This record gives sequence, C-alpha cells and structure tokens, in this order.
Amino acid sequence: MLKDITIGQYFPGTSIVHKLDPRVKIIIVALFIASLFFVTNFVPYIFILAFIAGVISIAKLPVKFIIKGLKPLMFIILITFAINLFMTKGEVLVELGPLAITKEGLRQSVFMALRLVFLITGTSLLTLTTSPIALTDGIERLLSPFKRIGLPSHELAMMMTIALRFIPTLLEETDKIMKAQMARGADFESGNILSRAKNLVPLLVPLFINAFRRADELATAMEARCYRGGDGRTRLNELKFVTRDYAVLTGMTLFFAAIVSTRYIW
Amino acid sequence: MIIQLKDVDYIYNPGTPFEKKALDGINLEIEEGEFIGLIGHTGSGKSTLVQHLNGLMKPTKGKIIIDGQDLSSKETKMKIIRQKVGLVFQYPEHQLFEETIYKDIAFGPKNLGLKDDEIEQRVRDAMELVGLDFEELKERSPFELSGGQKRRVAIAGVIAMKPKVLILDEPTAGLDPKGRDDILDEIRKIYDKEMITIILVSHSMEDIARLVNRIFVMHKGKVALDGPTREIFTRTDELEAMGLGIPQITKFMKTFKSRGHVIRDDVLTVEEAKVEILNYLRSKKDA
Amino acid sequence: MNEKNKNLMIDIQNVSYEYSSYIDESIQLAVKDLSLQIERGEFFVVLGHNGSGKSTLAKMINGLILPSRGEVLVNGMNTRDEDKIWDIRSTAGMVFQNPDNQIVATIVEEDVAFGPENLGIPPAEIRKRVDDALEVVEMTEYKNHAPHLLSGGQKQRVAIAGILAMEPDCIIFDEPTAMLDPSGRLEVMETIKKLNQEKNKTIILITHYMDEAVEADRVMVLNEGESVMLGTPKDIFRQVDKLKSLGLDVPQVTELVYELNKEGYNIKDDILSVEELVDTL
Repeated sequence: MLKDITIGQYFPGTSIVHKLDPRVKIIIVALFIASLFFVTNFVPYIFILAFIAGVISIAKLPVKFIIKGLKPLMFIILITFAINLFMTKGEVLVELGPLAITKEGLRQSVFMALRLVFLITGTSLLTLTTSPIALTDGIERLLSPFKRIGLPSHELAMMMTIALRFIPTLLEETDKIMKAQMARGADFESGNILSRAKNLVPLLVPLFINAFRRADELATAMEARCYRGGDGRTRLNELKFVTRDYAVLTGMTLFFAAIVSTRYIW
Repeated sequence: MIIQLKDVDYIYNPGTPFEKKALDGINLEIEEGEFIGLIGHTGSGKSTLVQHLNGLMKPTKGKIIIDGQDLSSKETKMKIIRQKVGLVFQYPEHQLFEETIYKDIAFGPKNLGLKDDEIEQRVRDAMELVGLDFEELKERSPFELSGGQKRRVAIAGVIAMKPKVLILDEPTAGLDPKGRDDILDEIRKIYDKEMITIILVSHSMEDIARLVNRIFVMHKGKVALDGPTREIFTRTDELEAMGLGIPQITKFMKTFKSRGHVIRDDVLTVEEAKVEILNYLRSKKDA
Repeated sequence: MNEKNKNLMIDIQNVSYEYSSYIDESIQLAVKDLSLQIERGEFFVVLGHNGSGKSTLAKMINGLILPSRGEVLVNGMNTRDEDKIWDIRSTAGMVFQNPDNQIVATIVEEDVAFGPENLGIPPAEIRKRVDDALEVVEMTEYKNHAPHLLSGGQKQRVAIAGILAMEPDCIIFDEPTAMLDPSGRLEVMETIKKLNQEKNKTIILITHYMDEAVEADRVMVLNEGESVMLGTPKDIFRQVDKLKSLGLDVPQVTELVYELNKEGYNIKDDILSVEELVDTL
C-alpha cells in the first residue's frame, strides 16, 4: 500500500523539466493550482490537459506511474463526484428514489472530479521531477524574504531534510521492533479498535525512545560538524537562475494568466 | 528432531527488478539439545533464516517443521510456535517498553495467557538465569540500567516464555569484553541448566569456538558448510574464501604446524593450545 | 603558541568532569584529574570498558562539553574560549559510534558537504573538498546514493569523509567500529590507518577492541576516569593480568605466551601477532 503512493516520489531524469530551478517549478505549480480555481468552464481544461501532457512527455515520465499515483486517492475523487452528482439542483435527468441526477449535477460532478485529478497530477509532476533536496532548497530560498518577519525558513528546510533522511531508517526500525514483540507473542493484527490501539504500546514506546535517542545523537554530531543555524552558511550546490529559468517562468506566467482570463471572457 | 527444513527458498521482492534470493534450497535438521553456531558474513541469509524458524517470515517454497508441526499447515498456531522457538534479536534492549523490569519480562508469559503466580515464577527464574537480582530490580525501570544489563532484561523476556529452542542474533554486539564474557557465560549456563537447543548467530569466531558444538556456515543464501565446530575450523581456506576467519589461536596452531612442527592444529581455545604447546616443548626437550 | 610545543596537538591539563547521577543525584566523576599530551601526527588509542570515561574525554577534546576542572587545549586553543569553538571543532573533528545517527542529508555528497557548508566555505571550494574526501575514503562511486542503502562500513566511511571535508588536523573516533560487522570494521580501520599514514592526520581512536590498538603509536588505558596505563602497545599488552582485571582482552597469542611463561618458560612477552609467535617458538 505504502509503495503505491507516488505523490512525493522522485523520478530521476535529465530533461529540461528536471533541470529547471526548483523555485521556478514551485512558482509554476502555485500558479497552476491558483488558475485551476479560476476556471469555470470546460474549454480551458483542454489547455490544462495539454500542459500536463506536455510536461509528462518532455520529462519522459511513464504515464502508468502517474495513473498509479491517482489510485490511492480514487476514493476521494469518487466521493467528490458522487456528492456533486446528487446534491446539485436543476433540471432532473434521472430519479433514483430520493436521489436525483440533474443536468447541472452531471456537469458539475465531472468538472469537480477533473479539477481534483488535475490538482493531484500537477502537484505530483513537481515532486516527480524535483529531488527532495532541490525541493527543500527551493522552499527555503523562496521563504527567505519572510525571515525578517520571523519565519524560520532555514530551520523548516533543515527539518524537512532530516525527516526525509530518517523516514526509511524509522520504517526499518518499526519493522524490527514489531517482529521482536511478535516473537514475544504480541498480536498486532486481531481484536477490536480499542484493543488494537492498546496492543500498539509495545511498538510505539520503543519507537519513540529510539527516535529521541537518535535525535539526541544527531544533534551532537551536527554540533560537532560546526552546525550553528542558517546564518553564514554556504551551499555545495547554490541555486542560480539562468536564462532558461527566466524564459520558462515568463512563458508560464503568461499561459496561466490567459487561463485565468478565460473566466472573464466566457 | 526439533527443527527440520526441506528445500526452503525465500525471495525478496519477487517479480520486481529488486528481486533477491535470500535463501536458496536450505535443507537442515537440528536435534534437541544441540548448541549450534550460525556464521556467515552480512547478507549471507542468516537473519532471514532465523526469522523463518519462528514463523515471522514465510518461505517462498519448501517446508519447515518445528517440533513435529508443519509451519505451512493451517492448524499450526503461530503463537505456539513462537513460544517454542524464542528469538532474541540484535540489540534487543531497543525493544524494552514497560515501566518496570518485572512488567517487561512478564510481557511474553502474559501473552501466553498464563496465571499471575506462574508469570511471577517465570520472571523470577528468567532473571536468575541471566544474573539479575529479582528483589532488587523488579520494580526498577529498565531504562536506568547499563547497556549490558538492559540486554539481559531483554534476553530474560524471551527466556520467560520457556522456549525449547533459543535463538540469539549477535547477543554480544556493541558490548565491551567484560559485558561480552558475562553474556556468553550466562548463555552457557542457560544451555547447561535448561537442556534446551540454542542457535547462536555471531560474527565472532572466538565466541563461536568457545561455546557451540556444531556450526552452520551460510553463504549466498545456502548452507555452505555444516559440521562439528572443530572440523569446521580446520577448513580455513573455504572459510576465508567466504570472507570469514578462524580464531587467532587456531590460526597460530595451523601456521606453526605448517612450519613442519608435529602438533595438533584443531584447537579452539587458549587453554587447549597451552596444553598442546607444553607437550610439544617438553617432548622437544626430552629428545 | 610558543616554539617548544609547536608539535603538541592536544594538551589536556589536570582535567576532571563531574556529572550528577540520575539515580540518586550524587556527584560522580566521569574523568578524574587526567593529564595527557598528544603529538601532531600521532596514532593514539584510548582503551577502556564501557563507562570508563572514554566518550566523555572525547567530547571534551571536541569542545562538546567543557571540563569541570582543568583545561583542554587543541592546537593551542582553549576549549573554554567561545570565539574559538568552531576553529576547535574543525581542527579536531569527531566521528561517532552509530553511523546512522550522524548522517544528515539524503544524498552522500550533500552529507559530506554539510561541515564545509556550516563553515561558510565558497561552493567551488566545497565541491573540491567533497570530491577529495570521497576519494580518500573510496566512496566516490556512491556520491549520488542515498545513505540508508549503504552498508554499515560504507556509512561510517561517508561520516569520515564528512569530517575530512572540514580539513581537520586531528580526528577523534569514538568507538567507530562497535556497531559494524567484521568486514565493516576492517574497512574503517584501513581508512583510519590511511588517514594517519598518508594524510598525516593525528588520530585519537577510542575503542574497547584490543586488536585495533595493536598498531597504535601509544595506548592509554582508562579505568573509572583515570589513566591507569600509558605506553606503546607492546608495553601495555605484556601486562596480561592487569588488563584482564580491568575487563579488557589481550590477543590470544599474547595470552598463550603469558600462560606458557607461567609454566616456567621464558618466551619474549611482548608478542602481538601470529607471525611473531611462530617465529619465536
């Protein structure tokens, strides 16, 4: 199940999409999401779809991979579809007992479901083509102007990096502790919700204790490696805007401005 | 026969590019009361193998029979298998969770559904076996103890289940020489007193040489060598080809013999070597 | 710094470290009035069982903790001098026991860059240092790998590269092999010896494995926070009885010689390796 979630996964590559400055990509995704909420009509969806298809083909991402990423969220998409289908008032097409499907409902449900699909796909395009490190770097740099009003942008980015670094380690540890307790007759699989939650104690307590121990050792190691916050820190790979980044950013801003403007034209 | 494996295979991530055969046609039989040493370098399949012995992992192919019960049979209750085969993982102190040492050791027996007085007796016995003072320590938190003592609490937690087979995965990892000797002495004591079968997984050839009577050498998912301790340690070339060594003292006797001295080279401990060298020196003097 | 002690890397002067016991809050001494001088380029081993004060000593050299009494000087800089603390930590780098808990980044080369980044080194220079450091520990081909997929020995070598990239004169290793398998131990020990012999780094290796002390220039045995033995490995290991009473091992061949001499033989008692003993007998 965990393996099926492609959101947040990185699909390495050398395409221009991969090479773009992460800040450009983050801004584009923000514009993409914002413009989706301005669209009221099916026609701009054609352009949105073209944009997604374009990125997928340039970045050489396998389409199967993207469809697989939608699967775990299918439930939410279907609920959205159903709610809109039955709850929108208007010209009745079919009546199913107390429920009625209207013409407006049909249009609205397809429209909303597509919006969700685009939202998920668009966001996963960012994480699929940007390594976690580039992503945190991008977020840190984009947020750095807000440092003056007290936003700890460097600390947030460092927390994200450490979280990403330790997720696999902690997953492995969870598996190990679980097996060790099962060897002592612990049962994590049966019983009602209450007893199951209670049965998790022998797993969660050691997991937390070990995580704290790790955090403590990591903090000492970081201090020994002269870590003292973000001030005066340099980077191995500094982010730099090149002509390509300016060009793509300008082009895309115009594209999404055009999409937003459709709301006022149609 | 307490443990029997027939043509056991285990494949990680089957059908993906990460597919890896961790166990490859394992056949082995262990009699009740044996003291087995399981050696092999990291990734040879040792850990995968021991997790099959108490049903934590299921073989991709093949049959595992524990104390007459087939693990693949639907009638076999895993709880009973895990009681019969006690498994102490590496760094077992990392799984302690209870407020008191008593409660932590009682966790296993409690899961077996035993009565309170039976549980208390078992905790008492287990603590005594690993050299922990019951009255002094039962109400203390396990987290206040030193590393070596925490490990004993964890081992006691498995012994309290009264297993017929006790498997210990690297029980001395990270301990200093004294801590290591103490734990090994206790394992020896448990073996002598409880008359159970023990499987000791270790990287330390010195530890293995000191304790076990039979060795399995794992290599690339297969049991590459199987035999009495003394015999296995004479097969230096094969062991070295698999990235394994022999105890320094065994190596010394071998090298000494290869220089043309008439001497036994299948010694395992310093005491044995001493006797052998003394005989040699005396015979030379007489001659 | 005066001319006389130009070659002095670490100068520990009458150092004690107190802490309050968490069981009964009484004051305990982890290190007791210890004095020690380590020369530039030396391979110095500190042996002692768990709880002998080894790790406390290591942390004091790196300025992670300050002595309760006495002074610690690293290349002439006092660890009490707050302005010098980053200089001290980049002069005397430190590698810890658990390789997992000292790697910060999700990519090997990014992790090696962590120290130099903290020091504010320009990016081009960091690149050079990272590449050089990975070359020294022979991990260049893994520079774009995720650390959690490496073996213990490889992770520990990445951690060493991370310290090396800060270009320290001295590296303190706090039980770097305690959690590794035999091949990992060998990889790390080879790397440590290489750093000492080829890169002229001063090495302070803290361990309880006696075989790692055999090739040191000097060995100190620590017990209850006190230095109880100090000398060359041969001087130390011939004292089999004393080492055993301190809860430490000696090489099996050394023990054999000791046992034979107890029976009235007179074999050279500073033997540490199989070859030496075979040649002697």
